[in-house]
Amino acid sequence: MKSHGLFSRTLLVVGLVFLYVPILSMVVFSFNNSRLVTVWDRAHSPTWKWYVELMSNGQILDAAWLSIKIAVIAASGAVILGTLAGVALARFGAFRGRALLAGMTTAPLVMPEVITGLSLLLLFVAMEQIIGWPQGRGAVTITLAHITFCMAYVTVVVQSRLVGFDESLEEAAMDLGARPAKVFFRITLPLIVPALVSGWLLAFTLSWDDVVISQFVAGPGSSTLPMVIFSKVRLGVSPDVNALATIMVLIVASGIVVSSIWMRYQNKRRERDIQLAASANL
Amino acid sequence: MARFSTRVGRRVVLGIPSAWLILLFLIPFIIVLKISFSEIQLSMPPYAPLLQWVDGKLLTVKLNFGNYAFLFTDALYISSYLYSLKVAAVSTLFCLLLGYPMAYAIARSNPTSRNVLLMLIVLPFWTSFLLRVYAWIGLLKNNGVINNVLLSIGLIHQPLTMLQTDFAVYIGIVYSYLPFMILPLYANLEKHDLTLIEAAADLGATPFTAFRRITLPQSLPGIIAGSLLVFIPAVGEYVIPSLLGRTDQLMIGRVLSDEFFENRDWPIASSVAIFMLLLLVVPIMLFQHSERRTLEAGK
Amino acid sequence: MSARPRVDAPATAAVSSERSAAAGFVRIEHVTKKFADFAAVDDVSLDIRQGEIFCLLGGSGSGKTTLLRMLAGFEIPTSGRIYIDGQDMSTIPPYERRINMMFQSYALFPHMTVEKNVAFGLEQERLGRQEIRRRVGEILEIVKMSPFLARKPHQLSGGQRQRVALARALVKRPKLLLLDEPLAALDRKLREHTQFELINIQEQLGVTFIVVTHDQEEAMTLSSRMGVMNHGQIVQVGTPSDIYEFPATRFVADFIGSVNMFEGKLIEDEPDYVRIRSEELGGVVYVNHGISSPPEATVWVAVRPEKINLSRQPPKVAAGVHQPDESASENVVRGIVKDIAYMGDMSIYLVRAESGKTIRVTIPNVARHNEDRITWDESVYVSWLPESPIVLTR
Repeated sequence: MKSHGLFSRTLLVVGLVFLYVPILSMVVFSFNNSRLVTVWDRAHSPTWKWYVELMSNGQILDAAWLSIKIAVIAASGAVILGTLAGVALARFGAFRGRALLAGMTTAPLVMPEVITGLSLLLLFVAMEQIIGWPQGRGAVTITLAHITFCMAYVTVVVQSRLVGFDESLEEAAMDLGARPAKVFFRITLPLIVPALVSGWLLAFTLSWDDVVISQFVAGPGSSTLPMVIFSKVRLGVSPDVNALATIMVLIVASGIVVSSIWMRYQNKRRERDIQLAASANL
Repeated sequence: MARFSTRVGRRVVLGIPSAWLILLFLIPFIIVLKISFSEIQLSMPPYAPLLQWVDGKLLTVKLNFGNYAFLFTDALYISSYLYSLKVAAVSTLFCLLLGYPMAYAIARSNPTSRNVLLMLIVLPFWTSFLLRVYAWIGLLKNNGVINNVLLSIGLIHQPLTMLQTDFAVYIGIVYSYLPFMILPLYANLEKHDLTLIEAAADLGATPFTAFRRITLPQSLPGIIAGSLLVFIPAVGEYVIPSLLGRTDQLMIGRVLSDEFFENRDWPIASSVAIFMLLLLVVPIMLFQHSERRTLEAGK
Repeated sequence: MSARPRVDAPATAAVSSERSAAAGFVRIEHVTKKFADFAAVDDVSLDIRQGEIFCLLGGSGSGKTTLLRMLAGFEIPTSGRIYIDGQDMSTIPPYERRINMMFQSYALFPHMTVEKNVAFGLEQERLGRQEIRRRVGEILEIVKMSPFLARKPHQLSGGQRQRVALARALVKRPKLLLLDEPLAALDRKLREHTQFELINIQEQLGVTFIVVTHDQEEAMTLSSRMGVMNHGQIVQVGTPSDIYEFPATRFVADFIGSVNMFEGKLIEDEPDYVRIRSEELGGVVYVNHGISSPPEATVWVAVRPEKINLSRQPPKVAAGVHQPDESASENVVRGIVKDIAYMGDMSIYLVRAESGKTIRVTIPNVARHNEDRITWDESVYVSWLPESPIVLTR
């Protein structure tokens, strides 16, 4: 057992190094004065130059703002639809069309993005022809597309949370006189909030990060941040992209650190409460 | 609970997501299918309509199999499909070989470390996928970090060509999809009953035998889920081969995109997509089956 | 220690439906519940009277929990009807029934305080805030949980959670309270204490209780009447002493308490006595009452361990016993003491009779010091009175 443990633990370290070296290298080289990015300019580095440039790059800032707006709306839409689908799959037992719904909610998890993107674009074109909406492609079509592929992830999260949920709580509520809708909103929903939050964050990240689908369904004048970055980096490395990457890593890392500290604090409090109660007599 | 909800309530909860998905997921595929049978046309949209009124009365369907025939005869497409399958398979294998021990180590560590480790695995996932692939350009190019380091310590005298190779694509895919391999594997391994291993040891099995005959078979669902979560999207990958991959041999995702955006040949692009779907139908159904079984087991 | 009898129930060993002149408060009529082809509850008919504590006793898989859930409304009978206070429950969902349930896991809402948990049911009735607060305070006083108003479930011990669950169910003043294994999660001492509390509360409020349990001690202590279930069917209904002293079948005799069972054949069948020869026992059993059974049938004789006497000398013949001769060779066998388990208040003796059969005997430890106590490998006489054996035909 011990030698086995050593092998897998070594690979764990190797894997973690593998995961973080690229990120760290991006961060380090964002302070490099050289436009070649990876050739360290000892004379003039480290520097804030690229960060300053980034802040005044209108194209990037506009794209970032658009991406945020789309991601917020898409994540929220995905959570609403994904929760409905998750509830249906977890609680409605067998119903006609269940296999279809289950299939439609798991397929997007693995579907290659080029296929999803192509199919959605063709849909929007056909819709425009037949009913005149959506008129041209843009932020609206991107948002609709993102809601569609993100809701699958939310459905999976919500469904697995509901399946593991203690049904006797819902039964107890019904026994006390609450109708099913009330049971859902006052008992089930408050208790699955963590799953909904992580679903929202997951959907937000997927939408914020999406290149391929956005490229298919975007229109002139609606470029998301990933689209802008992609067209830049196809031509090679670019130091302001490094700066952007560093900022993003910082935001994400601090978010995660803050939330885990908060969760540890919550858990410690809970542990203490449970211990206090257990030591009470009767 | 749901057995007691009203008809209306159920219809609403079920109907809204179903309607959305049928409209925005199912119908688009049908449209792609339809267009794959039509011909390219100089118009907007650039394809001939499928249903045509002949003499104002008879509705004919003009099925053009020419696109599919083209797919099979032109070497470009066949080689791209095969190449994509190969790249995806190799990458999945490497991802499994690296991801399994990592998931195993995390599952076997104590609870506090476990949370920290999981956080470390997931953190890169929350930072932009695109940017992380970009980071590899900086590492792999001729005057990139790796080459500079190796040159400066004298291991090599000429920069290694790492970018725009199969190798770079493998790295890119493994790097990006590693969390998708680790998480299902971890979820599976974490549930294993360790007393079974102790019982095996008590009966004389070496650690390796215990692993091979007890842990490995039990982790099979996790292996399948993780591998499919990597393999299926990898076949149609676009960003990674565009930034890191070869220019002489394209993966099928790139081919589809080029047909669509460069050649404006929507029918061919559609047939490429449909055929890709056909290739992936079996793995996709395997994946859905494995998901369903994991959910059942979790009850 | 058993509950004071509430209703004058005639002692009976009848098996199925019991229709008294006044229709039962809860009437279960030919209820069956099937899951696929498996009948979890199989044609059960039962009457439960208002104000009593009725226990459904059975092992796992006996159908008792399914039956309880059908009363609560969480399962719908495949066939048959349930009437509560005269009302047919077939179309009534759980949230419209004047019945409340105390769940085995308590099912307290983890995100609500004790007060909110208990108030939840009242809020569904749309009572005023003041009224709700008053009634919540009242019921928490009764279960002695008033100081814990603002606590959340995870801050309570097991026993405290149980009382909150009880309060939550009772605050709505239901016609009927269903309890699913109410004492299962408590440790031994707490269990005893809680048993008495439950009985007191029930008497105080006058609510009809239906308790489901697999623990016979619990059933015997709590119930005024109980029903034994096996394989989805009710096997016997009666008061605890009815069931213990007059079991209707071998299953019931064996399920409740311990019993020694001997197979035998009737050799004499008279209206006021019977004689049974048992090879298994290695002797003849004389029972001082008549039984109804077809002649030449195989019967089983059941004798409870505490009804058996151990002695070094052959027992004296009891006066007035009708016997063919004075040799007193009935209701007695010889054996060797093979095992003794000392339980403090009593000792359990396992005696191997000459026929090979092991007989279980319990003897109370009456004296603190008994040098002369019967010990291992001693040869003893195992005997019982003619009114002690129970004759069973199935």
